[in-house]
Amino acid sequence: MSHPALAQQFTSDRTRAEWHDRSLWFVREKRDRMAHGVPEWELLREHASAIKLHTMSQLPHYLEQFEKNAAARGIIVHWAETADDHNRIVYEILQRHGVRRVVKSKSMLTEECHLNPFLEKRGMEVVDTDLGERIVQLRQEAPSHIVLPAIHIRKEEVGECFHEHLGTEKGASDPNYLTEAARNHLRERFCKADAGITGVNFAIAETGGFVVCTNEGNADLGVSLPKLHIACMGIEKLLPRASDLAVFLRLLARSATGQPITTYSSHFHGPREGCELHVVLVDNGRSSILQSPDFRRSLNCIRCGACMNTCPVYRRSGGHSYETTVPGPIGSILAPVREPEKHSSLPFACTLCGSCTDVCPVKIDLHHQLLAMRGHIDAKHLLPVSKKLSMKLVSAVLSRTWLYNTMGWLARVSLKWAPRFAVYNPLNGWGRQRELPIPPSATFRQMFAQRRAGRKSAESGAAAPVAREGSKSREGSQTGGQA
Amino acid sequence: MSNSARNAILAKLRVALPESSALPQLPAEGPWQKFEDPVRRFQEVLEGVGGKLVRVATVREAGEYLESDDRWVKATVRWSAVEGLGQSTIDMNAIPDPHELENVDFAVLRGGLGVAENAAVWVTDEGLRHRVLFFIPQHLALAIPARRIVHNMHEAYAAVQVSRQAFSCFISGPSKTADIEQSLVIGAHGARSLIVFLVEEWEH
Repeated sequence: MSHPALAQQFTSDRTRAEWHDRSLWFVREKRDRMAHGVPEWELLREHASAIKLHTMSQLPHYLEQFEKNAAARGIIVHWAETADDHNRIVYEILQRHGVRRVVKSKSMLTEECHLNPFLEKRGMEVVDTDLGERIVQLRQEAPSHIVLPAIHIRKEEVGECFHEHLGTEKGASDPNYLTEAARNHLRERFCKADAGITGVNFAIAETGGFVVCTNEGNADLGVSLPKLHIACMGIEKLLPRASDLAVFLRLLARSATGQPITTYSSHFHGPREGCELHVVLVDNGRSSILQSPDFRRSLNCIRCGACMNTCPVYRRSGGHSYETTVPGPIGSILAPVREPEKHSSLPFACTLCGSCTDVCPVKIDLHHQLLAMRGHIDAKHLLPVSKKLSMKLVSAVLSRTWLYNTMGWLARVSLKWAPRFAVYNPLNGWGRQRELPIPPSATFRQMFAQRRAGRKSAESGAAAPVAREGSKSREGSQTGGQA
Repeated sequence: MSNSARNAILAKLRVALPESSALPQLPAEGPWQKFEDPVRRFQEVLEGVGGKLVRVATVREAGEYLESDDRWVKATVRWSAVEGLGQSTIDMNAIPDPHELENVDFAVLRGGLGVAENAAVWVTDEGLRHRVLFFIPQHLALAIPARRIVHNMHEAYAAVQVSRQAFSCFISGPSKTADIEQSLVIGAHGARSLIVFLVEEWEH
């Protein structure tokens, strides 16, 4: 299904849609307070962006350096070209160790590769241990946000889910009580697990180690008890130096949830005594994205989710309406880059307001990429006829001053005088969920002309150059179109 | 198979690498945020993330504080890595399997330094048989020398050697989650409470 169709389902429950919007805006405001508390915030963003761009320009070199240094520390490094390869590699390691029960901390990469169903089909039990991820796993759903996987679920629904699966009291909805129940339930799983799987937030080429960030401590509990730790990472997670971590750890949690840093930022530089530590480096399309000048900067992403929290479309349409592992603005680039046919509606789930670009801690030019992606979708002939036709129509109107003026006049007159049923008809999508504005008494062009005439008479002689008159009228109509 | 995948990925990456750009220099001295009173800032942020700072003159004084703390007094299974700071009830040398630590109620461990900007404490598994001790106890206390408070993360990374130990971690406050309707709950999977002892006179 397309994004608009799924978004319509989400917004049909108005109370829930508004609650969802507010919850995410609350996180966005926390992020703002944190960002404003760091005087060198903009400098950090610039450094983060520059470090990522540099790393991408020498990625093969840094990957080789990482592999060499990791191996020297007793970490076993694997390479996977595709999601399938990744799953097979992980399964083989687990099988070799006779693993039946796996605990997993949050990893968008393993979501992207659909590791859980792959392992479950082969008889292994996989438990997601991040509370939000456990909730969606029990409900047999996908996460709707990369940092807040259960942001779309109300506490009463969590209560129902836990009543059914964990035996909590019926009707319970107190987050403290429910979290305590999950803690006890998951403790048992941690203690029984044969292996722990984690994602990777940052890997360090010069040391051959990597960093995993959580608030709950689930990644650490998951890998500190069993004898096997497998860490799965996309090849773009690399940083050249340990000192680069200072920049990224300062940005990550502040951007993600408005915290000064996550509770745990764990650095792994080798296996525990008598244990094994594996790292799986996964490409799965990343090398192709790197070849695309328009979209390669999307590889800078550190998965903080700030672009989702601020996006007016994401907040009002919910993560599931994107049907991707990573939703929101960044997901609307990453998904259609790989599968344009399947995700052709995503770059249009955007108002081009640019808020995502403003908050992105690694300065990805998100809204520019989204605009470029629309062109790519069109060039591949993937636009629906309705969109193509309306674009043609709008372009015809906007390129003819007389037609633009006529249509503007018609719109103003009908908004003012036409009966309701004529304006709020099924053909007018803009009137579907909102009251259209009352047209102003004068248009922008009229006000502009008036102002100029006034100024002309005031400063007699110092009139604006007549030569600009022609271009002025076109500018005027464009601005008028937005107003 | 592994080798061929490796070479294929590297070859594919080398097809069209972006133009090379400079790696920014990140001097430890700045221009990074500094605080007039870093200890006070550390304390404010720590309290903000649900932890508690206790300033003491000596390790012994920290031990006395613990004796006044209900969570410590009522703890059945305790373990301390700091001599003179709390009596251990278990012998770590007799525990080969970390799973046996499941019932630890309270652990006292060493921290290498504290970061004022975010109340993070640097810890490592140096001399520690089971790294799970940072995560499995119901309650946790970390003791750091008072002079080891730095302003920001840049100073912190300049002061430690991240790859010296197989495991190291920045811990800022007790374990927490807000995954149910954005309501903050302290004590998700790890410690339910965190005390940071700032010890004035201590040969670490």
